[in-house]
Amino acid sequence: MSVTRQLKILEFALAATLRQRGRNFSILLVYTLVIAVLASVLFLTRALREEATLLLSRAPELVVQRIVAGRHDLIPLDYGRVLATIPGVGQVTPRVWGYYYDGLTRSNYTMLGIGADPPEGLALLSGRLPRLPKECALGAGVAGLRGTGPDGDLILVDHRGRTVDLPVTGVFRSDSALLTNDLVLLGEDDLRSFFGLPPDRATDFAVEVRNPQEVETVAAKVKQLLPDTRPITRREILRTYDSVFSWRSGMLLTLFASALLAFCVLAWDKATGLSAEERREIGILKAVGWDTADVLALKFWEGLVLSLTALLCGLILAWVHVFWFDSQLLTPVLKGWSILFPPFALVPSVDLYQLFVIAFLTVTPYVASTVIPSWKTAITDPESMMRS
Amino acid sequence: MARLIETVDLHKTYNPGKPDEVRALQGVSLQIEEGEVVALKGPSGSGKTTLLSLLGCMSRPSSGLVTVAGRDVSRLPERFLTAVRRQTFGFIFQQFNLLRDVGVLENVLLPLYPQECPVKEMRRRADALLERLGLAHRRHLKVRQLSGGEQQRVAIARALVNAPQILVADEPTAHLDSELAAELLEILGGLRDEGKTIVIATHDRFVYDHPLIGRVVALRDGRLAAEAP
Repeated sequence: MSVTRQLKILEFALAATLRQRGRNFSILLVYTLVIAVLASVLFLTRALREEATLLLSRAPELVVQRIVAGRHDLIPLDYGRVLATIPGVGQVTPRVWGYYYDGLTRSNYTMLGIGADPPEGLALLSGRLPRLPKECALGAGVAGLRGTGPDGDLILVDHRGRTVDLPVTGVFRSDSALLTNDLVLLGEDDLRSFFGLPPDRATDFAVEVRNPQEVETVAAKVKQLLPDTRPITRREILRTYDSVFSWRSGMLLTLFASALLAFCVLAWDKATGLSAEERREIGILKAVGWDTADVLALKFWEGLVLSLTALLCGLILAWVHVFWFDSQLLTPVLKGWSILFPPFALVPSVDLYQLFVIAFLTVTPYVASTVIPSWKTAITDPESMMRS
Repeated sequence: MARLIETVDLHKTYNPGKPDEVRALQGVSLQIEEGEVVALKGPSGSGKTTLLSLLGCMSRPSSGLVTVAGRDVSRLPERFLTAVRRQTFGFIFQQFNLLRDVGVLENVLLPLYPQECPVKEMRRRADALLERLGLAHRRHLKVRQLSGGEQQRVAIARALVNAPQILVADEPTAHLDSELAAELLEILGGLRDEGKTIVIATHDRFVYDHPLIGRVVALRDGRLAAEAP
């Protein structure tokens, strides 16, 4: 069939779609919502995975924690010397950090102590890193929640219940908001004093492994030399994130599959139950010289126009929902049930394969449910029109 | 005059072998010459519409032969049968069979959409026909906004838009008053004068007694009853 012929049939299909405005608009509305839900889940899952991958790409290959009675405990600095003796281990850095619950904003902050060398991957939005005692730098989320910034103050309550006034020297930005959004950065001594940490202990050790292929071997050696520790590799953390997001998105997609199935059944029912008017229209087309292929092309274009419009609207709606409105409807399920973390905006990230999957899962069933039932009517002899 | 349509021992049976079997046509042999105007007359159930649909390539016979311009169309696959129908025939139906919610112009253009005819040429042909049939000023209205007579003229324009050699009309005056029926026959007379072959199925005496009709073929119980000159 030539392009001109197809274009003319497409023109007729567009006119036919506009002719049944009311019915097609209601289908478009439901269809768009179904696609928007599916696309939101996939967009959000992917964006979270991207965020996690980005975040962890800056994490050390190996982190060593101490476990006491099955729980994470402070680790003696002496352990660092033992770790440094393991073949293949490079730099061993003790890290001092903790969590702070801010009752004022009902949010959790991550508090990190820094020594002379600031952590990599942190770029300042404005201001500078803390240099003097009692100074701090903040993540954008914390600054926003507390309404402070460079040249302002952050007032917190330490482990003894006393208020501590920390002048803010800068506010962080990062390619990944997950990395710094809830961060409060201050000098190591200030952090020890704030949390009451003893000077001979750290929260954990970041261990550099010279050959990334040997991370698992080094981890096994750590466990052997220091049985009360838990070595955690970056790969393990990535795997855990991945399976958590997969499990959550899988759960949502399972729920969504039922909705999609219901919609397909509805579409099929609508299409199989061609109205008398639709059957009459097909009969007229056949009688005036359209053959079965022409009628099917018309129905194909009608289905495609409607489903592609719904796909486009659904994708735009999902994009706006996930990346402009921080996926308000899905966040509790996919980002966790906690509401204590400062909110953060996800970096928009969509791949073509994902779009193709959404299009395949939504456009194909609808077009099929439009074309196949019409075929039944289209193959009948146009003679029936002579008798109507 | 050359022979344009011929049927030989034509049979058409609906639901063969079933309790509701109907033998609509039983051995009809008929010849129609180019430029002729033929009326098929007979009571309801006599097989007029069945014969018309077979002559117009809308269905295939159970047995027997139908030739159009010398070509056997009795056993053609649907695709080719449609092509013959599209290129050779124009149809006027009893109920007009127009798309009610579509504009007049689009209804007239319907047969041309699946053809290779360029859009400009499509519109030129449709405009010319609407002008000729006095519907130019109604071209953008929806069909349901037209009177019965105007709808009939839209149906005629649609039947003519692909410049068919043969015009087939099934009970074209069934829903028209005598004034509109006369108007219709006048239009058909003009088409005859242009050399079109016209086959009309009717049981309306006004039609088959009209001077336009060159020959009347009578059908009864699926058989040819008699032919009047």
